[in-house]
Amino acid sequence: MSQPIVQLKDLRINATTDSGRQVEIIKGVSFDVTPGEMLALIGESGSGKTTIALSLLGHTRSGCWIDAGEIVVDGHDMAKLSEAQRAEHRGATVSYIPQSAAAAFNPAKSLIDQVIEAARIHDIMPADAARKKAIELFRALALPDPDTIGERYPHQVSGGQLQRLSAAMALITDPRLVIFDEPTTALDVTTQIEVLRAFKSVMKQGGISGVYVTHDLAVVAQIADRIAVLKEGEVQEIGTTEQILHAPEHPYTKELMSAFEPKAFEGIAIGNTHDIKPVLDVKDVFAGYGPKRSDGMPTALILKDINFDLMPGKNLGVIGESGSGKSTLARAVAGLLPPAAGQIGFNGAALRPDLQHRTKDQLRRIQIVFQLADTALNPNKPIGKILGRPLDFYHGLKGRAREARVDELLDMVRLPKSIRHRLPAELSGGQKQRINLARALAAEPELILCDEITSALDTVVAAAILELLKELQRELSLSYMFISHDLSTVEAICDDVLVMYKGEIVERMPTVQMRDGAQHAYSRLLISSVPQLDTQWLDGLEQDLEIIAQFSHR
Amino acid sequence: MTGLTTTIARKSGYHINLMGLCSAAVILFWAIIALIAPMITPYPVGEIVDWDYFGPSSSAFWLGSDYLGRDVFSRILMGARFTVGISLVAVTLACFIGVTLGMIAAVIGGVFDQVLSRFLDAFNSIPSKLFGLVVVAAVGSSIPVLILTLTAIYAPGSYRFARALAVNINTMDFVTVARARGEGAIYLIWEEILPNILGPVLADFGLRFVFIVLLLSGLSFLGLGVLPPNADWGALVKENISGLPFAAPAVIYPSIAIASLTISVNMMIDNLPKKIRDREN
Repeated sequence: MSQPIVQLKDLRINATTDSGRQVEIIKGVSFDVTPGEMLALIGESGSGKTTIALSLLGHTRSGCWIDAGEIVVDGHDMAKLSEAQRAEHRGATVSYIPQSAAAAFNPAKSLIDQVIEAARIHDIMPADAARKKAIELFRALALPDPDTIGERYPHQVSGGQLQRLSAAMALITDPRLVIFDEPTTALDVTTQIEVLRAFKSVMKQGGISGVYVTHDLAVVAQIADRIAVLKEGEVQEIGTTEQILHAPEHPYTKELMSAFEPKAFEGIAIGNTHDIKPVLDVKDVFAGYGPKRSDGMPTALILKDINFDLMPGKNLGVIGESGSGKSTLARAVAGLLPPAAGQIGFNGAALRPDLQHRTKDQLRRIQIVFQLADTALNPNKPIGKILGRPLDFYHGLKGRAREARVDELLDMVRLPKSIRHRLPAELSGGQKQRINLARALAAEPELILCDEITSALDTVVAAAILELLKELQRELSLSYMFISHDLSTVEAICDDVLVMYKGEIVERMPTVQMRDGAQHAYSRLLISSVPQLDTQWLDGLEQDLEIIAQFSHR
Repeated sequence: MTGLTTTIARKSGYHINLMGLCSAAVILFWAIIALIAPMITPYPVGEIVDWDYFGPSSSAFWLGSDYLGRDVFSRILMGARFTVGISLVAVTLACFIGVTLGMIAAVIGGVFDQVLSRFLDAFNSIPSKLFGLVVVAAVGSSIPVLILTLTAIYAPGSYRFARALAVNINTMDFVTVARARGEGAIYLIWEEILPNILGPVLADFGLRFVFIVLLLSGLSFLGLGVLPPNADWGALVKENISGLPFAAPAVIYPSIAIASLTISVNMMIDNLPKKIRDREN
């Protein structure tokens, strides 16, 4: 066996907090990466996966430093080199592909100039040779118009293309090791497939080693040879992909795997189903942004002819790619974006389009919960005040009674009472999302619009939130409209699914039929694009190229 | 001294650095002087007490005497009243009006925002010194006129600043949630937006205070500010400027007073206490 490319020995990284306290964030991590191998680092946010990946470049984020250990990359200990020596290796022997390619490109320079920059800086090859090489890479990464795409500017290509261009940027110098930092997390599933395929084939051809940082097990299953499971700065388990996926040994790995397994959803039973009116009834709704045109429609029309209904105690999933109008639909129902035409009915009564004209009671019955709990909670208000406001506003609760109800709500979302004095910034992501949910519950609503509420959360935390939603539904007989781009989340909680494409509903079907009963070509494409926990899935996936071309707006 | 700042940090949960503490002490010093000036001035401000003009520092006249032989020390102490007092009232009014209107415009938006913004932009385009000159020339100089003029000059800038901040906060999800709940504009402004723009608004308040002190000094220098025999610090510099070739303390010390106040305010803005987020429990 040849010499490993990476030898990480007992790496320890410390950080100083703003009160001057020292914390150990990486607690003795060791692993090897052999030539041509792809090692995945998986774990929740805060597990130290990105910190470890950056340490392979000899880099730590500000406030952190490498305390002990060896980081041997291609025979050089990055921890011991001077900053100037490290700079010689960065981009040449080790290169880095960031999560957000959009933020990594300079909008003022043409793409090819940026792609060949590393070769120029390290003086590896003449500019003409580098350009030729870049075009070869574009071809290998399956970019359209490989000969000319480099002349464009970053805003002239799509997100998926930009991510592949950042791969070309990393590969131009023939590095021995490439670090992937969640490179597909921000992409749509249909785009993600192309990008993963391109990465995989280029890495195979060049025999390049890789370290792939992600929290998405299904993506890892497609691309990694070995997996290291991280938690709180320590390696929990390291093994081949097959072994981790099918025979995990460590309890934490098992928990992670079980959180990822899709769980079948059993809807709650409603007594007499005959004469129930739908809780939400959307008819012929058109909505969009911008000034009105002569025909009364907004300039940028997003939602076109939306029709659906939702029965009480049932859950409706809305799936689609970014830009398909899912969130706009939620905003229209909540009254934040008055529809230009059509009607929204609630419990049999028509709702006024804009929220100024809706009654307080109507507003109370529909609550909306947003994706990013960070921005959905006022950072300057303690939790007790955040939860207390809807109680006061809708139910007129004051003083003792309000305090007691806040405690009840915290209990309902399984949080300790002591949390009420904290500020949102002092809670974890999962806790914040629970507060976000508790605030909606404080209104005692009948319908909760959930806009991607688990997307920003780690797998294990997201699974717990979904469980909580189900429990609350049983206790309070709520209905959810659940917007998500993650099909397994929708599968776990919804009775029915709406598939949206460019602002239109292309199909509605029961969730159980989603995997193999989809009729519309786009729904089939979307559903088949969701990565599965099977190492053969990507290689075995066959998609009709014509259909892809028809629905891709790239 | 570092021991002191860490003790404060531990007790209050705020991180304060030495620079912030020192500048706060200087500002507090001038504020106290402004309050108690009449009680501690050794001589009446308008009275000619020295036979010499531009006299040097002596045990009788600590900071020397001015061009008429008046006691500079007494005049600086009383001048603090005008410089600190007028500026403070004017900056408070300007920021109160500007920030309130800015937040209202951000929350209500639409035509109200457009009309108000354009009107204040137009107002902002008038050069401030010129405007001050015209108003004082037309109405005459008095303390209320000075305060209102300075307020009018600095409110539009404060409005622009607060509106820009509030517009950003206004698009945050927690404001959207409050709006979807059916909350009115007053709640949105007071509870959701103001607490989140308070930090930058305070910093702006401090900067604007400095500008106002300088403008007031400028106006007094031109003879349009505080009326004799009273004088603010700017006026003290102006009336004694002919003492500069003799290195008279009468022109040096008022300048030092202006510098110490404005620099301290700036330093304090840059070193406002920071809340410590990291708690061990």
